[in-house]
Amino acid sequence: MSQTLAQKLVARAAGRSSVAPGEIVTCKVDLAMMHDSSGPRRVKPMLERLGAKVWDPGKVVVITDHYLPAYDDESRNIIRIAREWVREAGIDSFYDAQGICHIVLPERGHLRPGMFVVGGDSHSPTGGAFAAYMFGVGATEMLGVLVTGEIWLKVPHTIAMEFAGKLGAGVSAKDVMLFLIGRFGLDGGQYQAVEYRGDAIRELSMQERMTLCNMTAELGGQVGLIASDSVTREFLKTEIEIWESDADAPLLAHHRFNAGELPPQVAAPHSPANTKAVHEFRDVKPNLAYIGACTGAKLEDLRMASRILKGRKSKIRLLVAPASLRDQQSAEREGTLQVLLDAGAELLANSCGMCAGYGEHLLPEKAVAISTTARNFKGRMGAASAQVYLASPYTVAASAVAGRVCDPREMLA
Amino acid sequence: MRAWVFGDNVDTDVLAPGRYMKLPIEEIAKHCLEAIDPSFAAAVRPGDIVVAGRNFGAGSSREQAPAALRHLGVAALVAESFAGLFYRNAINLGLPALVCQQARRIRPGDSLTVNAEAGEIQNLTTGETLACEPIPAHLMQMVRDGGLLAHLEKRCNTTSS
Repeated sequence: MSQTLAQKLVARAAGRSSVAPGEIVTCKVDLAMMHDSSGPRRVKPMLERLGAKVWDPGKVVVITDHYLPAYDDESRNIIRIAREWVREAGIDSFYDAQGICHIVLPERGHLRPGMFVVGGDSHSPTGGAFAAYMFGVGATEMLGVLVTGEIWLKVPHTIAMEFAGKLGAGVSAKDVMLFLIGRFGLDGGQYQAVEYRGDAIRELSMQERMTLCNMTAELGGQVGLIASDSVTREFLKTEIEIWESDADAPLLAHHRFNAGELPPQVAAPHSPANTKAVHEFRDVKPNLAYIGACTGAKLEDLRMASRILKGRKSKIRLLVAPASLRDQQSAEREGTLQVLLDAGAELLANSCGMCAGYGEHLLPEKAVAISTTARNFKGRMGAASAQVYLASPYTVAASAVAGRVCDPREMLA
Repeated sequence: MRAWVFGDNVDTDVLAPGRYMKLPIEEIAKHCLEAIDPSFAAAVRPGDIVVAGRNFGAGSSREQAPAALRHLGVAALVAESFAGLFYRNAINLGLPALVCQQARRIRPGDSLTVNAEAGEIQNLTTGETLACEPIPAHLMQMVRDGGLLAHLEKRCNTTSS
């Protein structure tokens, strides 16, 4: 029986040779990832109430990224709980202030094709870029995993998004996702598996693939998956298993697009599904540009922005929060970071920051922002009156230079 | 009980705004839905029902979104569809989430009786009976136990005794 990539990954974790969409199965968890907000501060009291211990501390990774930099007693306390709890629970894989969990996890070699992983954050589908079945869970569900090492799952159908050809210059994975979310809506993924395939996807770097899988959350899929290949192997610098769908595996839907025809996309307030081509927004004049978040400030994202910003100045306030410390250091070494700083960028910490509206920096009343982040829901990044436009690092950088929403292709020589 | 009616894609940032996420649930709950209905948190009464359109709970994995509703005494959620992650979180907290294709027939302030076990809503205001998709058996057991934590507590106690 032909199986999709999603079915194969779930079957392995369920200890079965095959599974059928719609079946409810119990899966063994290979890895559980938590951050400071939904992790230790929530699960510690529940574990104590149960008198239970973590089923396998070697399979748990904790990463602080939400309440950093800590700026008041509450945030300091949340970070302190994380630091103390990993010691108590015997968890060695603890990354403190190293960057955003979805980036740090694969960067430090915790993901491999074929794994079954849960994360205490909705952008956990990012891990699907490595052909790992990774999805987000809430704190109580994470508790269940920590106690039992297992989780139930309704085997998903697969929706294939196939992109032939090659993305044009100045067009990126973020544009692909804004386009798909605009086309299919915030529930287009129907909490099923969304698989990205086709020549244009094969061409993408791992970090661009991570952006696709990451925003499967906004598309409403449970997981976003990409088959493993030579690009995966090169990124992980190790031998890997090839995990992919059988060619004739039944799909819930198979959508085909020509990547070369896709123009840069922008999502207007207050929904990532409120998407149109960039030229529709020429009259919008942002007063703040934000390059940040797991979905928009990885090394690849910073490079895209720097291609536009090289030798240019931002006309508006430009904030850059590199997604991980390592990515920031790489950007510094290769000169990418200096290009951004020369353009007038202010550097913020390697954390979720403004994207989630958790930190010290929030959008003020009536702000108009253009941002590389994933969500522009009303009030998410600060004041409810703030208007947030979502776009790629190319488009955000070009708009910062122009002082209005601008097609980055006009600035790429 | 009284129905509170909202539209499509009510998101988790509206249910549990990020800037209050560092605070205890009683504080977060005061701001639940305030961006779209500032009166909700103060006016909702224990036993009331939240009714919505498609994809209720879109967005974050933050469990504080359903927890805020539960804290305010909301007895059940009824929607045309739920975001998958939110649905799991609601059930894990013992808050019944019912998928009802006819949710739009419910008007704000309608008096409802929700029978989660039977998958049925009685609209006492209009006299209508609305059918819901049944909550899968393994999840209904969790709702009966009062959520996943209570369910695990039962399981841990059974194992240790």
